[in-house]
Amino acid sequence: MAKILHKEQLSADVYLMRVHAPLIVEERKAGQFIILQTDEEFGERIPLTIADANEEEGSITLIFQVVGKTTTELSQFNVGDDLPVLVGPLGKPTHIENFGKVVCVGGGIGVAPLHPIAQALKAAGNEVTTIIGARNKDLIILEKEMKAIADNLIICTDDGSYGRKDLVTAPLKELCENEATKPNMVIAIGPPIMMKFCSLTTKPYGVFTQVSLNTIMVDGTGMCGGCRVNVGNHVKFVCVDGPEFDGHLVDFDNMMARLSSYKGLETEALHKCNVDKEFEAKLEEKK
Amino acid sequence: MSHLSQAEINEQVKMLFDQIFNREKPITKKEQLAIPPQMMPAQDEKIRSHNLEEVALGYSAEQARVEAMRCIQCAKPACISDCPVEINIPGFIKHIADNDFQSAIDVIKETSLLPSICGRVCPQETQCQLNCATGKFNKSVDKAVAIGRLERFVADWEREQGTITPPEVKPETGKKVAIVGSGPAGLVVAADVRREGHDVTLFEAFHKLGGVMRYGIPEFRLPNDIIDQEVSTLEKMGVKFQKNFVVGRTRKLLDLMKKDGFDSIFIGTGAGLPMFMGIEGENLVGVFSANEYLTRANLMKAYDETNSDTPFFHSKNVAVLGGGNVAMDSARMALRLGAENVYVVYRRTEVEMPARVEEVEHAKEEGVQFLFLQNAKSIKGNDKSRVSGMECLRYELGEPDSSGRRRPVVIEGSEFMLDVDTVIVAIGNGSNPLVSQTTPELAVNKWGNLIVDKKMKTSIDGIYAGGDIVLGAATVILAMGEGRKAAAAINEYLQD
Repeated sequence: MAKILHKEQLSADVYLMRVHAPLIVEERKAGQFIILQTDEEFGERIPLTIADANEEEGSITLIFQVVGKTTTELSQFNVGDDLPVLVGPLGKPTHIENFGKVVCVGGGIGVAPLHPIAQALKAAGNEVTTIIGARNKDLIILEKEMKAIADNLIICTDDGSYGRKDLVTAPLKELCENEATKPNMVIAIGPPIMMKFCSLTTKPYGVFTQVSLNTIMVDGTGMCGGCRVNVGNHVKFVCVDGPEFDGHLVDFDNMMARLSSYKGLETEALHKCNVDKEFEAKLEEKK
Repeated sequence: MSHLSQAEINEQVKMLFDQIFNREKPITKKEQLAIPPQMMPAQDEKIRSHNLEEVALGYSAEQARVEAMRCIQCAKPACISDCPVEINIPGFIKHIADNDFQSAIDVIKETSLLPSICGRVCPQETQCQLNCATGKFNKSVDKAVAIGRLERFVADWEREQGTITPPEVKPETGKKVAIVGSGPAGLVVAADVRREGHDVTLFEAFHKLGGVMRYGIPEFRLPNDIIDQEVSTLEKMGVKFQKNFVVGRTRKLLDLMKKDGFDSIFIGTGAGLPMFMGIEGENLVGVFSANEYLTRANLMKAYDETNSDTPFFHSKNVAVLGGGNVAMDSARMALRLGAENVYVVYRRTEVEMPARVEEVEHAKEEGVQFLFLQNAKSIKGNDKSRVSGMECLRYELGEPDSSGRRRPVVIEGSEFMLDVDTVIVAIGNGSNPLVSQTTPELAVNKWGNLIVDKKMKTSIDGIYAGGDIVLGAATVILAMGEGRKAAAAINEYLQD
């Protein structure tokens, strides 16, 4: 059981929670994730990256977007509630060293897992450029936190409501093209399609590009292979071999197909969940 | 097999019971050997293939007593030495025949701690029942005394009485023991070490206890409440449980000693690393390791679609690759989850199948189709990367290999397509690498199994290991046997 110490809504669908988990705080490193369940009996296990940790409070920070039934339920937990199942830290930590110039690219909610990595890269002496992308201004998260870390922060929105009206790949390409700004390493975290195109952008320039994969997981400890991906024609388990891999070697198309394995069912579960909520709201009204 | 209804079985046993127990002259050995083996009543196959309830229903008291009379109480019982934990088998069977079920369970518990589980899942036909004299006399291992069913009967009887008393615990020693993994090996060590008065904490990565008994073996073979019962006995003895705790990640193994003050550790993390075939198309949508398929269904309760949030893949035609118990469990689960056709694809013949004979029979009765001397060559997908079929090859038996089994040889040009939308790979598991990867000081062999000495001690003093993490994928009872040995060594280590 892990008590929720703090909760805030970062944007329309995005929430931040600080959860009491002293053992995880002690061991966790940048790049690692946890698995949680909102119900011990019937809840599903979902992975979430550890966005930050507070040693004094013994808490980890989780940032999540409401996209399905479990994240909807999670968003309904409040300060003082206990998360019934929280396990971690899982996965391999990010390899951190002084690469020189690094570019950190975060798309949407991907900025949350990117945050501790950018933090660690900065602490290791790197010159950090951060590119944040989102559909619109309301969906930009952690701008202040990233600004505190990055030597250079570039913000892009699809609709131009804030920062550049561009996809994140546009400034990334510009940085690669110019010898003075060409990064020694890029790390991209966000929707699979964005990570795919970031990898395609850097490939012609031979810039090593790390991506953090967000596949379907069940146990998160390497015993089922539900999270497997093709990396350079080898089968890898994201939960134990990753979550980070060389973006130039990842078969993103297969990964995206596997992510949609249960597509129909997920929509159904969320629908049921919304119906439940409506029903509950109506009950309240009657009272 | 049990094609008789419960009523028919009851009627038959009644007659036999009168002939055996209500007679004037004592029964002779010859008459004993002529008693027909007692059939296990089972749920009707048409009904059970759509539910998760236990298939085998267990003996009635009359049936158990009749079956117990088939044991001729050999002077040199082979069954005892063939049992990995050496239960006094003729001893407990004699008590059943005498209608003293309490004494029967007491005898079993001298050596075996989880009889209601072992009685259900042990492969008795290759262990205690293999060299049974009654079976030898009747020229078939199928006609051996049904030791497993009798063990299950008394264990269930005790549970139904509600009188399970936890074993006595000696005064506290102040020594702390950590057990990593709550599968059969870990549970046995927990009980044996706690009995000596040591402070025992059991660490489990999942949110439920029991290891493979929970996530792997389905409820239709081993109901969850039986595992819960065994766990609650440990709880009553004072064993502590830490779920959602991944040793190696949440805490490094050696930190359990350095930071948390554990004096000794037992590693029972099992063989939970699924193997794949390494063929084309294995990452398509609709290809699962048996571990994933069964974990979703069993542990996450995906079969309960109204309540569970974990989805399962809706299939019409399913191919299961492999011939062990895990393959049988996956195939039978797929049927229960609504598949129309389930094929077990096995490259050897039925005699070589490692699965328990009883499970193969049950699977056949339920409608699983067996494709022997065939194997997958590649898996084909559609434009959405979903499985659209499996290309197979036919085999014939060639010369015997080093193990003495005739080796299956590909028939060239025998390729054909099997119309399936789901493939479950059940060709075995490797040992779980998480603890050894994060503890470089631990010595492992080339398969990643932990290396232990005769007393189950690893390369690090105070740390012991047993079960599948040492043996590779084996059986529940072997894991328990190893656990007992390790527990004895831990108790000895902590003596001074």
